[in-house]
Amino acid sequence: MRTPFTVRLFQSMPRTGWIALAVFAAITWIGIPVAHLVLPEGHALHVSAYTLTLLGKILCYMVVAVAMDLIWGYAGILSLGHGLFFALGGYAFGMYLMRQIGRDGSYGSDLPDFMVFLDWKELPWYWAGSDSFLWAAFLAMALPGVVAFIFGWFAFRSRIKGVYFSIITQALTYAAMLYFYRNETGFGGTNGFTNFKRILGYDITAPETRVMLFALSAALLIACLVLGRYLVTSRLGRILTAIRDAESRVMFIGYNPLHYKLFIWTLSAVLCGMAGALYVSQIGVINPSEMSPANSIEIAVWAAVGGRGTLIGAVLGAGIVNLAKSYFTVTVPEYWPFFLGFLFIAVTLYLPDGVVGLWRKLMTRKAGDSAEAAPQPARAAVEGKTGEISDTATKGASA
Amino acid sequence: MSQITAPERVAANKLAEAENRREHWEGEATTGHVVTGELDLSHNVILYLDDITVSFDGFRALNKLSLTIDAGELRCIIGPNGAGKTTMMDVITGKTRPDSGKAFFGQTIDLTRMTEPEVAHAGIGRKFQKPTVFERHTVFENLELAMKTDKRVRNTLFASLFDDQRDKISEVMKQIRLDKAADRVAGLLSHGQKQWLEIGMLLMQDPKLLLLDEPVAGMTDDETERTAELFVSLAGKHSLMVVEHDMTFVEALGGKVTVLCEGSVLAEGDLATVQADPRVIEVYLGR
Ligand SMILES: Nc1ncnc2c1ncn2[C@@H]1O[C@H](COP(=O)(O)OP(=O)(O)OP(=O)(O)O)[C@@H](O)[C@H]1O
Ligand SMILES: [Mg+2]
Repeated sequence: MRTPFTVRLFQSMPRTGWIALAVFAAITWIGIPVAHLVLPEGHALHVSAYTLTLLGKILCYMVVAVAMDLIWGYAGILSLGHGLFFALGGYAFGMYLMRQIGRDGSYGSDLPDFMVFLDWKELPWYWAGSDSFLWAAFLAMALPGVVAFIFGWFAFRSRIKGVYFSIITQALTYAAMLYFYRNETGFGGTNGFTNFKRILGYDITAPETRVMLFALSAALLIACLVLGRYLVTSRLGRILTAIRDAESRVMFIGYNPLHYKLFIWTLSAVLCGMAGALYVSQIGVINPSEMSPANSIEIAVWAAVGGRGTLIGAVLGAGIVNLAKSYFTVTVPEYWPFFLGFLFIAVTLYLPDGVVGLWRKLMTRKAGDSAEAAPQPARAAVEGKTGEISDTATKGASA
Repeated sequence: MSQITAPERVAANKLAEAENRREHWEGEATTGHVVTGELDLSHNVILYLDDITVSFDGFRALNKLSLTIDAGELRCIIGPNGAGKTTMMDVITGKTRPDSGKAFFGQTIDLTRMTEPEVAHAGIGRKFQKPTVFERHTVFENLELAMKTDKRVRNTLFASLFDDQRDKISEVMKQIRLDKAADRVAGLLSHGQKQWLEIGMLLMQDPKLLLLDEPVAGMTDDETERTAELFVSLAGKHSLMVVEHDMTFVEALGGKVTVLCEGSVLAEGDLATVQADPRVIEVYLGR
């Protein structure tokens, strides 16, 4: 009997946000597909398969950045292991893509090539159901979700916070990487999964399939932004930021932070898993290097560059950093790590609120020039200070 | 930013009224935990601490502390720095587990087995020594978050404010004299105003027992006086335990005074008696 959910979903985003999303949808669902499928190769606006795949990949990364921002920017929990959830989604869906190869692999067997190579005679039990698209799609969400839930349950219940939590997440993704590197694990070892042929029976490299996967990635990003916006403007969103700023206060007014952290943490992992599934379908390969600690750190850099605590910032950050990365890896690949490091330091020192923070500062300055009193920066003015708000007494001797 | 003025909600509010009532009562003690039972005030005692000891690395912050507070009472706790006043509140609110001793809320609720949110739901509200409000939320949002309601994830995901809840927030804002600052970010308030906001958050929780750790620190004389009036008006309906160093304030509250020293009770009685007690004079002036 309350305001219907759809109405509130709609109200949670200002009109400019909806317009921006509509423009984005028009470009990604109509503009780019037409440019790839219809325009001839020599045309100035033609989008090549390479570009399409690159953009599709970045869309997936943007989803991950939004997921990261929900947990880090809003709830104040820095995960340096989000690459794991992304990769788990990729692997879960990759199993299905491996099965879709059918007998077209190099050994002409029903089993994936790497299993034939290992002389396995049948699929391991955890590959059961991997020939079903729906099961694979479900698993790509459920697997990261369950792993995140179990890990989060223990970590948050033990009140592990801050740097300690971040380090443990690094260790988690590193351990998973080592595990997936092993051949006996049943996930293709170092090479992981690749040489996919089909998805739902369609040729996975056909232009139409590529366009479809690209459009789906865009749809996922839009859905994430709408959902994310609703979440952060709901009371739950205000509780998350309250936990970030003064967790003990939250407890003493009767909320259990464990449940809130677990909710947003698990949701964040599920979003990463979905992005991973679309990523592997477009890139055509998933291997354990996706779980390398450096990858997860890069995800945090995206959010930091764009501006933590603003969803659009995460999207921009992922876009900027990845476009720069693909530029560097084509021209001067050896300088990329240095540039990334430089970027991170520069942002930390000079742009604590990222690109979006810079933009806002410029806008308020402009507004301040025209109208003398600008009451808007009120919220921004305290932003800097909140880091110092510690929990009154750190006397908690209890566990 | 604040979602307080969406016109659609106003329309929906009428319809929601009935559901609202139901939710209020259902949602009373819900963090998704086992609730330890109803508050039993049959012996007119709301808080009962018995023989509580807390030690930090061998140092006894609380040393066999025993104390009872009657229902509706306004009790002041005074004592030199390091006497264990804050530690006592930590024990009551589930933040610190005592090494030994009992802590009961009413006759039946064992506080030493509960987590902070459970204690809050049982009906104990706490104001920290250093004012702790959500600095990046507005005054209104701070009060909204503190409001007594279903505080489980699922509810907060879909929650919106009802008319009576909004009225309650306005009422409390008037009480703490921040009604003109509803949309102000709490981080920009003065120290005294933050203290008041935190008191306001307690009022929103509607607790049966309020623990107030140095509530008037940093307030002007005028603010202090008004805070005293507010607390006196709360006593009776609520029980209060106020820790303060400011003797004029303690005097204005007029309740019974307990002197804490080195982790146990040194003296108890009305302010004049306590102040005349040679042992009390000794700890305050003797060093
Ligand atoms: N976590 C802790 N670890 C070690 N010692 C502690 C801890 N918490 C409190 N103490 C010590 O316990 C004693 C009592 O501290 P408490 O904060 O309860 O005093 P208080 O009466 O509130 O003092 P004040 O008037 O200064 O607020 C102090 O000596 C303090 O240093
Ligand atoms: Mg103290």
